[in-house]
Formats: sequence, C-alpha cells, structure tokens
Amino acid sequence: MKVLWLQSGGCGGCTQSLLCADPRPLFDELRDAGVEFLWHPGLSVESGEEALAILEDCAEGRLVFDALCVEGAMLRGPNGTGRFHLLAGSGRPLTEWVERLAPRARWVFAIGSCTAYGGFSANTPGNPLEASGLQYDEQTAGGLLGAGFRSPDGLPVINIAGCPTHPGWVVDTLEKAALEGLQAEDLDEFGRPLLYAGGLVHHGCARNEYYEFKASAQKQSDLGCLMENLGCKGTQAHADCNLRPWNGSGSCLRGGFACIACTEPGFESPGHAFQETPKLAGIPIGLPTDMPKAWFVALAALSKSATPKRVRNNAVADHPVVLPAVRKKGAGK
Amino acid sequence: MTRIVLGPFNRVEGDLELSLDLEGGRVQAAYVNSPLFRGFEQLLIGRAPLDALAIVPRICGICSVAQSAAAASALAEAMGVVPTRNGALSRQLIQATENLADHLTHFYLFFMPDFARPAYASRPWHAAAAQRFTALRGTAAAEVLPARANFLKLMGFLAGRWPHTLAIQPGGSTRAITPGERVRLLALLREFRSFLEKRLFGDTLPAVAALASQDQLLAWAAGRSGDFPAFLGIAGDLGLDRIGRASDAFLSHGAYDLFPSGTWQGGASAPFDSLAIAEDTGRAWLADAPPRHPAQGETVVDADKAGAYTWCKAPRYAGQSFEVGALARQVIAGHPLLCDMVTRNGGSVMARVVARLLELALVVPAMEGWVQALQPGEAFCAHGELPDEASGSGLVEAARGSLGHWLSIRRGRIARAGIVFHWRFRGQAVEVDTPSSKAAAVSEQVAENPKATNGETA
Repeated sequence: MKVLWLQSGGCGGCTQSLLCADPRPLFDELRDAGVEFLWHPGLSVESGEEALAILEDCAEGRLVFDALCVEGAMLRGPNGTGRFHLLAGSGRPLTEWVERLAPRARWVFAIGSCTAYGGFSANTPGNPLEASGLQYDEQTAGGLLGAGFRSPDGLPVINIAGCPTHPGWVVDTLEKAALEGLQAEDLDEFGRPLLYAGGLVHHGCARNEYYEFKASAQKQSDLGCLMENLGCKGTQAHADCNLRPWNGSGSCLRGGFACIACTEPGFESPGHAFQETPKLAGIPIGLPTDMPKAWFVALAALSKSATPKRVRNNAVADHPVVLPAVRKKGAGK
Repeated sequence: MTRIVLGPFNRVEGDLELSLDLEGGRVQAAYVNSPLFRGFEQLLIGRAPLDALAIVPRICGICSVAQSAAAASALAEAMGVVPTRNGALSRQLIQATENLADHLTHFYLFFMPDFARPAYASRPWHAAAAQRFTALRGTAAAEVLPARANFLKLMGFLAGRWPHTLAIQPGGSTRAITPGERVRLLALLREFRSFLEKRLFGDTLPAVAALASQDQLLAWAAGRSGDFPAFLGIAGDLGLDRIGRASDAFLSHGAYDLFPSGTWQGGASAPFDSLAIAEDTGRAWLADAPPRHPAQGETVVDADKAGAYTWCKAPRYAGQSFEVGALARQVIAGHPLLCDMVTRNGGSVMARVVARLLELALVVPAMEGWVQALQPGEAFCAHGELPDEASGSGLVEAARGSLGHWLSIRRGRIARAGIVFHWRFRGQAVEVDTPSSKAAAVSEQVAENPKATNGETA
C-alpha cells in the first residue's frame, strides 16, 4: 500500500505522535505489513521540485498510490480562496491539491481531529480561516470533499480522530486496510475506525474505583475521579486510551488530568471551561453515555454513602494516604 | 533579474517557502515566506483563562509542552502562584524530554538524510552516510525510532502522554510521581544515555560535555565510531563550519534553571529584557501597525496588503533580529566549545548541529539529578485563585528557540494574547529590509537545508 501524506492546518503533532509507535520501529513495522510512504512532508527525502513532481504525477494519475493521508484542517479562507495555506513552491492552495488527489486514492484517511472535523483550527470565533474537516464541519457532514464523497472502494473519509491521534490507531488502521481491506462496518457513524473507537475512554481507567464510589478529585493533582468536578468526559468519549496506553504507560487520566474528548467532533467548543464540570443542581450535565439520569443520580447517592474511608481520603490527595488493608490468613486465631 | 521560488521544504516540520531574486548569479533579494496562517492568538480571546492550557499545545506538535509551560507560567504570574518544588522539577523534566527528543529527531530523521543524496556520491563518506541515514530506509532509523519512543515513555509517567498534555498547571503538575515510578524514570534515562553513548557519540556524556574547543572536538572525533563523529567528518569535508552564518547576535530566555537568559553579540553578553521585544507586521498580510510589544499585539488579517509576502510577524529585540536555539543557549551559557566555534567562524551549520547534540550530553545527566530530587509524598501542585483582572507572561525555551506567551485577563476571560516563538528558525525573524542582510539570512536557511543547495544553487 503506497501512502501519500499531506499536512495543512494543524500542528504536525499527529506525525510526531506516530513516530512514537511501539514496540517495533515505525518504518519497519509498516514496511513489513506492505505499507510504504510514497511521500511524507516530514519524513521523505524529496523537497521542492522533486516533491511537487510526485504530487503532480499522483494528481494526474501517472503515479499510482493507494492511500491519501491528510493531517490538518482544510483552510478554505480567505473568501473561499484557500490562500491561508498555499503549498510552498506550488502557488496553489492545499485544498486544491486535496481535491485533485482524493478521487485517485482507494482510501482517504483524515489523520487527527482537525482533518476529520475541523478541530481547533476551525474554532476561532466566526471561523475566519473558513476551516473544516475533509468531510465534516464539526458534527455536520460536508467539509471540503462534501457529504457525498466516496472513495473507489465506496467508503467515506476514514476519520482517525484524536488530538493528537494515537500511533497505534494509525498503524492498525493502515495495516488493516493493507492486509484485509476496510468495509463500512469497520467504521462508526462519524467515520472513526471501530478498532479504537468501539469503546469509551472510561474503559480501563485506572481511577475506576473512585468513579464507582463517586469519590471525586476536588483540585488538580488529586487522585480521585475527575468527572464530577474537573471536566472529565471519559465516560462519553469514544477511544481506547486506557486500554491502549500512550507513551508506554500513560493516558490523560493516568497523567492526572481530564479527558477532553479529543476524538469527538466539536470537542474544542465544550461550552464550558475544559477543566470544570458544568452542573445543574449539583449534578453534572454531561452524564455517562447510555446511562439514564435518574439511575445515575440514585446510584451516585448510594455509592457516595458507601464509600470506604480509604477511597474517600485518597481521592483528595496526590498520593495514597490510606493503603488497602492487608488481611492475614488465620488472623484472630 | 530572475526569481527562483523554493519549496516545499521537506523535513522542517513547518511550512516554508523561499523566493530569491538573482542577478549576475548572485542573490540580490530574498523573501522567507510562511505560506500557512492559523492565527491562534485570536482563538484564545474570550476563553476562560485556564482553557489556554488545553489550546496552546495545539499550536505546535513539536514544541507542545513548551507552549504549555509558557502558558502555565503566564497564568501563574496572573494568579500569583508559585509551583511547588516537585512541580517545578516535573515541569523541567517534561520540557527537557520534549526538547531532547526534538534534537534527536532533527539530527537523525530531518537533517542527516540529505547527506545520503546522490549529489554527494563522489564524496568518500557518501556510501556510509547513505547506508546509515537514507530517509525511511537507513539503518539509523531502525535504532533511533525505538530510542526516541522509549525516551518519550518518560512522558507516559510525567505527563500522561505526548504531545498535548494538560499535566503542566500554573502551580506545578497534575501527576505525582511515586517512589516506584522514580526508579522507572531513572531506568528510562539510563537506557537513553546508553543509546547516546554507544551510537551517537561513541564516548561518555561527560567526555563530550567537556570538549572545550573546535580543535579538541575534531581531534576527539578523528577515527571514532559514532554518528556524531561521522557528521563531523562530513562537516569538515563540506566546510559546514563556514556556511550558514547569520548576524551572530544570540538570544535566550534561559532554560531549566540550567542555562541562563541573556543576549550575546560581538563577544559581549547582556541581560535579557523582555520589554525590548517588538513584533513587526510590515511585510505580513496583517493589518499595518507600528511594531508592538507582544502584550499589546494584534493579529488582524489583511490578505491583500501591498508589499506583504508572508503570514508571519517579525519579532525584533531592541529593533534587531536575533538568532535563537541551542547554539544561542550555549553561547549565552558560555560553553567553551560553542564560544570558540562562534569566535572563529560565527554561527554556522556545523555549530548549530554541535550545539543541539551537546545539549543531549549536558541535559540528560541534569535530568537524572532532577528525578533523584523528586520527593514523593510532597505536593506536586500548588493551588490558587484566578483574578478577574490580571496579566502575565511566560518565557521558556523550546528546542528550536525562545518562546514567549503574554496573556491579559479582563472580566474573567482572556482579553488579549501574544505568542512569539522560534524566532528566525521558523521564519518569523528572517524577513529583513536590506538586500544584503536578506541574502545572509537566506544563505543560513539554505545552508541549514543542504537539499536546497543541491537542487537550486549548484
């Protein structure tokens, strides 16, 4: 599978994240699965005219490639001209390059939430950049390529959303495509591969005991559950961050801070401060996905009343102040 | 007059285009253009102040936590909060990890692959360089990618993930390190040190850090195995110590309580004064205004402005452009090797590469000391209240140079934001007014990217 990669209205962090792929060296991992970069702006040798020749040959169908990966939002402004990002040396808007190249690819991958849905790039008040995702404006289908875009395989843009994406999400999706192909049923309703978006960030969260008892952190660096006070959206965000660790052993929750649902369209405009949970009558507005409000309220009240002292005290400290009791076999004889 | 337009520049992580006006085979004028506009300052306005911690990392995927640290410092100043000792150490570790990972990535994946180009096929070192450094296929990548990924596992412990973390807070860090994790951090640092000593340097880190002059450096490198000695051989053959000279005016905000802030010009050091910074919008597609301090800066698009050629503002210090980055940091810190190199030939491609790799040798041992100084059980984060009216600034060093954030808070919301980063190397400070200095600035950029010399001026 030959991959052509372009970057636009983004920070390049998804490529930086991809290079953290683990445990095999990224290039060996991909090559052995038959995935190779035809051109990548951060990794390939070709610059200037050599690079432009590759892109032109691909756009004209003279050079065959299989996958178009785009990293960064599509900047369509000012006034629809695309001048906010001209591909250096070409004098042409990057949006035009994408429109020419996308129909030639068997698969089009949006790498990261900017590319998928617009992300922070589309978040300036009034969106003066006229930024969008490849096939979405936040939750609304559309974007640069339009709601009706389908690749020759009949698929919409495949949205490997995340800010940044996890290297494993990109590697596994590319390898799935190369080895087995991709079908519509491999994607969720926002075009995200189910291989990472089929569950919630909450699944596998190391703070689950605090969640169960609603033993909540009150301030940054506390060990407790971050949902009630500190803005955590792990129970609503689709991704496997706590089952597939970041950088060896990490995740946002393991790092002590809230999930801001960076795989979701529109995550950049939560309507409240990122690190605060909006509440109505003391109850968080954003309740766990699939959970009726009355049940949540009843369960929360019950579990709060049953919270062990260890969990209650540790929840508001930055290190365990009470350790789990050790039961000695035969004690009390 | 002929105009040559160069771009896209690969492996720089950022959008860059050069236009050169040539006459009689010489560059008469040069224009450094950033052809991508994102306007993050406007994105911050009207947001809750602490939202800056979630927004600013997304400015830059390479210097993500440097952005976080600058914003956290600006907010800490606004709140009157001082990070705890553990919090400050954690933050230094997180910033150093990002910066050193970038030095490594830059050397192995961005810079060295150009020496594998067929244009150098006649050089005696070419076959070895091609085998080791060819983009995507060289033997070095298979070693450096795991070394980099494993080094960045420090972030898994300290910051949850990289890039884009919320662990760095005004009062320190959200992530308290346990005694067991401290052992693991030291093990990761030893693993990285081992890679550097075996593969990059072919010697111990203290031995590299102690090199005190260019003569000592070249004598040390002669006949030594390792990728840095190999680079020094290539640099000698191609005269990389004599190309890439800019104005030899250096500036640093100071880093990790290890390298001081200051400026250096013509052998004279001076204290750094943040009030001397101004941003020029004269040649940018931004509304014309007199140069302003970033705390008063505005970012208003004027896409059809006559005479403009870039989206970037041009930061100036005392009205002048300064070079920033590892070389500037080390010259200002008075490292004898870099001071000697700059005194001999001025700033050069070789001196900049030497400075970046020297920082690996200097900072990894310091990081080991910071980990040992962490006190599990003591607080990692101090807390404070955000006033409705306040302002603050945060000045840090990213791998590629000085970064500053200025935030003003009015009625509990961000009212104004100024962000100045990576002067010169990301093109912001390279635009200058006289043709001769334009050419100098461009020759530096071209020299930093040997591919451009191959393709266009040969």
